[in-house]
Amino acid sequence: MVSLNINNKDISFEVDEDTPLLWAIRDEAHLTGTKYGCGLALCGACTIYLDNQPIRSCITPVAAAVGKKITTIEGLESKESQAIQQAWKKLDVPQCGYCQSGQIMSATALLKNNKSPNDNDIDAFMSGNICRCVTYVRIRAAIKEAAKNLV
Amino acid sequence: MPQSELINLSRRNFLKAGVVSGTGLTLGIYFGSSLAEELTSGPGHASAELANQAQLEPNAFVRIGTDNSVTIIAKHIEFGQGTHTGLPTIVAEELDAAWDQIKVESAPADASRYNNLHWGPYQGTGGSSAIANSYEQLRNAGATARAMLINAAAKLWEVSPESILIQQGVVLHKESNRSLKFGELAELASKEKIPEKVTLKSPNDYVYIGKQAARTDTASKSNGTAIFTQDIQFPDMLTAVVAHPPRFGAKLKSFDATNAKKVAGVKDIFAIPSGVAVLAKNFWSAKKARDALEIQWDESNSFTKSSQDILNEYKTLAKKPGATAYSNGSVDEAFKQANETISASYEFPFLAHATMEPMNCVIQLNNDSCELWYGSQTQSGDQFAVAQTLGLAPEKVKINTLFAGGSFGRRANPTGDYVVEAANIAKASKLSTPIKLVWTREDDTLAGYYRPLNYHELKAAVDATGTITAWQHRIVGQSILTGTAFEEMLVKDGIDSTSVEGAANLPYSIPNMHVDLHSPTLPVPIQWWRSVGHTHTALSTEVFLDEIAHKVGKDPVELRRELLKKHPRHLGVLNLAAEKANWGSSLGKNRGRGIAVHKSFNSYVAEVAEVTVNENRTFSVDKVTIAVDCGIAINPDVIRAQMEGGMGYGLCATLSSAITLKDGYVEQSNFNGYQVLRMNQMPEVEVHIVESNENPTGVGEPGTPPIAPAVINAIAAVTGKFHHTMPLPNKLA
Repeated sequence: MVSLNINNKDISFEVDEDTPLLWAIRDEAHLTGTKYGCGLALCGACTIYLDNQPIRSCITPVAAAVGKKITTIEGLESKESQAIQQAWKKLDVPQCGYCQSGQIMSATALLKNNKSPNDNDIDAFMSGNICRCVTYVRIRAAIKEAAKNLV
Repeated sequence: MPQSELINLSRRNFLKAGVVSGTGLTLGIYFGSSLAEELTSGPGHASAELANQAQLEPNAFVRIGTDNSVTIIAKHIEFGQGTHTGLPTIVAEELDAAWDQIKVESAPADASRYNNLHWGPYQGTGGSSAIANSYEQLRNAGATARAMLINAAAKLWEVSPESILIQQGVVLHKESNRSLKFGELAELASKEKIPEKVTLKSPNDYVYIGKQAARTDTASKSNGTAIFTQDIQFPDMLTAVVAHPPRFGAKLKSFDATNAKKVAGVKDIFAIPSGVAVLAKNFWSAKKARDALEIQWDESNSFTKSSQDILNEYKTLAKKPGATAYSNGSVDEAFKQANETISASYEFPFLAHATMEPMNCVIQLNNDSCELWYGSQTQSGDQFAVAQTLGLAPEKVKINTLFAGGSFGRRANPTGDYVVEAANIAKASKLSTPIKLVWTREDDTLAGYYRPLNYHELKAAVDATGTITAWQHRIVGQSILTGTAFEEMLVKDGIDSTSVEGAANLPYSIPNMHVDLHSPTLPVPIQWWRSVGHTHTALSTEVFLDEIAHKVGKDPVELRRELLKKHPRHLGVLNLAAEKANWGSSLGKNRGRGIAVHKSFNSYVAEVAEVTVNENRTFSVDKVTIAVDCGIAINPDVIRAQMEGGMGYGLCATLSSAITLKDGYVEQSNFNGYQVLRMNQMPEVEVHIVESNENPTGVGEPGTPPIAPAVINAIAAVTGKFHHTMPLPNKLA
């Protein structure tokens, strides 16, 4: 039995301790906004926060998350995340949408660390998140739009 | 419009919908945890309740409910290209609905109502045809519903139909100051006769088409609530993973599941035609068990060649003439009289589609039928393939089409590969509980169905004035269509039209031309990949033209203008892109521009790439200016998005991606080996749409072909050297 705190709620389930957090979140907690893309921390689709820091949940075992605060796309509530989601909507960023939870988790984390990121800052922070529809131009623009609206 | 309004089912309704799963368009999703939020968004989610509320259903594409909702039934899958915005835009236009009352639902698999009009009696999405084949159909669908609402109001108010108008979902009789919403009229209107003929709007009166209607799927794709196949969960559902053979052509010899069965949560392990399937209560248990399997493969008939072997064989083949795809004038004579002969060859690797969501499929067997939930791109083909596998009539195969996390052609598999695999698992399991087949990234990358490896040779004759007098083009590559449902329609006299598209119909005015094709067969499974043959023909023809321009000292844009005099739409995008990119102005040291123009899927696209070549020979693509002529622009922002993304998808193959074989083994299995475009490689992009009242044509694919030649030509503008092997090296020669 493993107990986790996900989006400010405690939940327990029967999984092996080596189970990646991603699969506990998806298959046990039934929170499916966090996506599987590669399983090797190469694509960023599974990005969540562990104690408010962005991590790749596909390579993080549940054991490493016990006693920590897990935040998924469903639990976002910061002003940065709201600004990001509004900008995503304004610019119609998503295409297929499969990577976008991870993009939004990373973009929100970027804005928390950097109030007005330039293109280089955005590229450096976001290049771990793959989008095969190649919505990168709009992601860049939306992050700047969100930053502007937070001032 | 937020997706929560699009499909506004409460969680309670969802659970109910789960119970009645198996009827109508119902989709059940189970959330067993109190943590579950209302994950209710996505296509294919109409409940029985919603269906019962429908009051006006004049055709297969529109349903107006007493709740004032206008539901558009989309026959084309939404996998990013914007069908669930573009198709409703057309209906809303002729219906004069308000955009915020529009809901979108995926059509069931039923080719009698939902066939692709470009494909005959076959339901599916591809070839950038969704909007093009639906335009007239959906205009009529919307106009029919509109006429019935007006006729009902006319009777109710005892006025002439001509005195009634509709604005933003409100039916109005201005003279008497009366108005009713669609929902209030729906029941009455349903009793009206369906008009045989309707009047369509003049494009001058459009309020949505050509303007900007917001995407219907953005909200749910920005908060995690959009439901993909991967997200389907039923109470008793099992997850399946499969161990596949290590090489193409290898077969299962035997396996020992002793250790695998010890993994907690494993339910069953058995052989299926494509490998060894593991069924478990969740993904991780299934994957751990698969890793613990001991499998002996029979590799005696497996394919053992390397990519280099294949390329060498293709080069040998290219020494001999192939089947003629196009011939005009006398090429041999022109070469004899040439002042100068220019030649070049181009090499293209296999490419994986690498969708963000790997292939997956949920299936449930019932007594004499089965039901599937997944991102079905070719419903008719899949329905047939699953029916064959299970011994059912095709109409007994019910498909719920969900959002798919990208496809780029992959999900339109001519054999229904992963769908058939899911059916084989369900069949062998003898279970009636739902089973979700999940492919890992590695399964997806190693499975084949690649863009074929291709080799091109081109030769041109030039006279003393620098005019091109002959053009010879030889293509060597596997035929994609041979052996598929499309063979009869698109393979003629040994020529697979998708092997030579963009080359055999070269628009340039050259008096003597010859294009021929070798189509060797290989056991490497191949498939259409975003823009299909144009992925290689646009590159070879557009780079070769620049090589000629370079040799004869002509400006690449000027040369194209000379050769495209009979092709105004090519010229239109060429000139627009050149103008917007300030063609001819200096970019400064180590920087250059390249251009390419290419028609595909009846749309015309020109792209200008700006590059910087650094002192250490690394380079960057800094900006791309795109001009597109796709007829009337149904939804300009979706078109811009498809140009940005389509170009980016092609740029990825230009800069990064290749699948290579070594002794028959695929050398890349995940994003560490199979490199894809990342944000730091993404140029600035500008998109310009040519104003047009021609019928709409494709936008999903046409942005892809021109970028590779534009980049190669831009690099050559700086360095004087043209690159011939894809992808480009990190450091230029």
